Amino acid sequence: MSQSTKRLKSRNEREGSPWTGLSAVLTKEMADHLTGARMLILEALVLLTAVGTIYTALKSIKPTDDNQFLYLRLFTTAQDPLPAFVFFLAILVPLIAIALSFDSINGEFSRRTLSRVLAQPVYRDALLMGKFLGGLLTLTMVFSAIWLLIFGIGILRLGVPPTAEETGRALWFLLGTIFYGGIWMALAMLFSTVFRSSATAALASIAVWAFFIFFWNIVVGIIAPLLGPDQIATLDQLVAAGQTQMILTRISPITLYADIATIMLQPTERFLGFVLPVQLDRAIKSPLPLGQSLLVIWPQLTGLIAATILLFVLSYVLFQRQEIRA
Amino acid sequence: MLDLVLETKGLTKYYGNFVAVDNLDLSIRKGEVFGLLGPNGAGKTTTILMLLGLTEPTQGEVRVLGFDPARQPLSVKKSVGYMPDQVGFYDDLTARENLIYIAKLNGIPRDEIKRRVEEAIERVRLTNVIDQRTGTFSRGMRQRLGLADVLIKNPQLIIMDEPTQGLDPELAHEFLGMIHSLKEEGTTILLSSHLLHQVQAICDRVGLFSKGRMVLQGTVSELARKVLGGAYRIQLEAEGPAAKLRKALGELRDVNAVKMNDGRIVIEAQKDVRADAAEAVVKAGGRLQSLNVESQSLDDIYTRYFDEVKHESVH
Repeated sequence: MSQSTKRLKSRNEREGSPWTGLSAVLTKEMADHLTGARMLILEALVLLTAVGTIYTALKSIKPTDDNQFLYLRLFTTAQDPLPAFVFFLAILVPLIAIALSFDSINGEFSRRTLSRVLAQPVYRDALLMGKFLGGLLTLTMVFSAIWLLIFGIGILRLGVPPTAEETGRALWFLLGTIFYGGIWMALAMLFSTVFRSSATAALASIAVWAFFIFFWNIVVGIIAPLLGPDQIATLDQLVAAGQTQMILTRISPITLYADIATIMLQPTERFLGFVLPVQLDRAIKSPLPLGQSLLVIWPQLTGLIAATILLFVLSYVLFQRQEIRA
Repeated sequence: MLDLVLETKGLTKYYGNFVAVDNLDLSIRKGEVFGLLGPNGAGKTTTILMLLGLTEPTQGEVRVLGFDPARQPLSVKKSVGYMPDQVGFYDDLTARENLIYIAKLNGIPRDEIKRRVEEAIERVRLTNVIDQRTGTFSRGMRQRLGLADVLIKNPQLIIMDEPTQGLDPELAHEFLGMIHSLKEEGTTILLSSHLLHQVQAICDRVGLFSKGRMVLQGTVSELARKVLGGAYRIQLEAEGPAAKLRKALGELRDVNAVKMNDGRIVIEAQKDVRADAAEAVVKAGGRLQSLNVESQSLDDIYTRYFDEVKHESVH
């Protein structure tokens, strides 16, 4: 809590750092996550899908292929009956993130540990921040391990080392994945601050997830035409309508994540969303360098991070004002 | 003033329009055991939360060990141990792990943590279950672990909310014994309870709480004098002319009132007048069958006080 004005500083500032005890909370949360049965189940699930999809993908990828980005294709290749690994990520990452934090605050209430912990010389800031960072670091560790596993399998089966370009793209995609998880984690944490019952918080988070996965595109399909003119007569109107639709779909974090996956894992993709054939005229169909791809998805990436921070701040404000007696 | 551990002036807390704590003046001296007594919902827990800086007072001043809990909560919470009512633990962790977490939150140096945790557990006699998960602990064990949890930071002041609630009489007695031994070591203790008879033995002073107000404050015998009219209640059974006996007893020195209760005579007096009473009964022609002095009970004080308050409001 930074109180910026000088007057406040001299008279009303709280003593000490708001982060006193942060590392204690952080270590405990991570230890809880990494040893808990809940995490074990989720890890097993992700591992299974990772190994399964990678092995089926390997059937259709040969080291002698023209395509230079063999390792990135491990993520994106779908082979019947299994969809690609990125597809599973888009669905599973939110579930893992929600599972890690839906009971983070109200769980302390119902276990009656909150008042005991807050009676120690720490601020609420440290508790909430420690819980959030603990969850985010756990996600980071789990996904880093899976990324390494995929590259490991790749090296064994393909026999060629990944290029620097591929590694760089995979790492940026990893960052996107972590913050895609972060958004859902912050959402679940917000619900766990608002609702006193963990089950309600879990249900609310899952409801939001289901809404964006299954219904958002339908909703956009209904809303978007209502926002434009009744009849599309000119090219400009067509473009405008297309853009409205695109903006609406991008409210969903799933769309943002899909955008990042498309651009980062398929270097030949150079546009997102609505493009006219005119604009593609004489375009050279060759892969973009990493820096250029990054520029294309920069808004999506920063959007994910910003939304994560925003949701966290919201739960932060609510938690600071909450009465701690049950 | 130096030995004042805790002081509040005009402490007030509103929840919306509801007054939870109303204009509370409280001071606790070093080494004292103070009992904050009253029924559930009287504002005891709210008061405690304000003392710890866990809830902000609407009005008034608080000083705990010389610090303002609203502005210097870290300093306050470093040296004040708080045991909430129905203390909870992380059930998946062992007793030791639970305490280590608290020790870390208190910033106790790494190389001291192990020793301090084991000492605290030893004191509450839980050493044999130190590595068991707290999920398996009984109510009594949890309560003791809660005390260990407080002791780990070597507090100057311990605040306990309903420490004996939900314990069977034997466990409650054992727990009160532990509190007593802390007092012997010079720790200042503030405890809240609605089980008046349990805590009256260990409290140096008590404050009776009702509807957010501290209505009475002092030692148990002071309160007895103030409310019961006399510090002593003597029960007497005798055969003989009841009216004559009552008159004779009423004329004794230091007797405030004589009443009948279930065929027994109850004398309220400022002194132990048993000998005089026996003599008076015999002289008045009665045959004395039993004579007892009642210990002063907080329950009586409390009930009597609120009866009187009710009566006054009726008149």
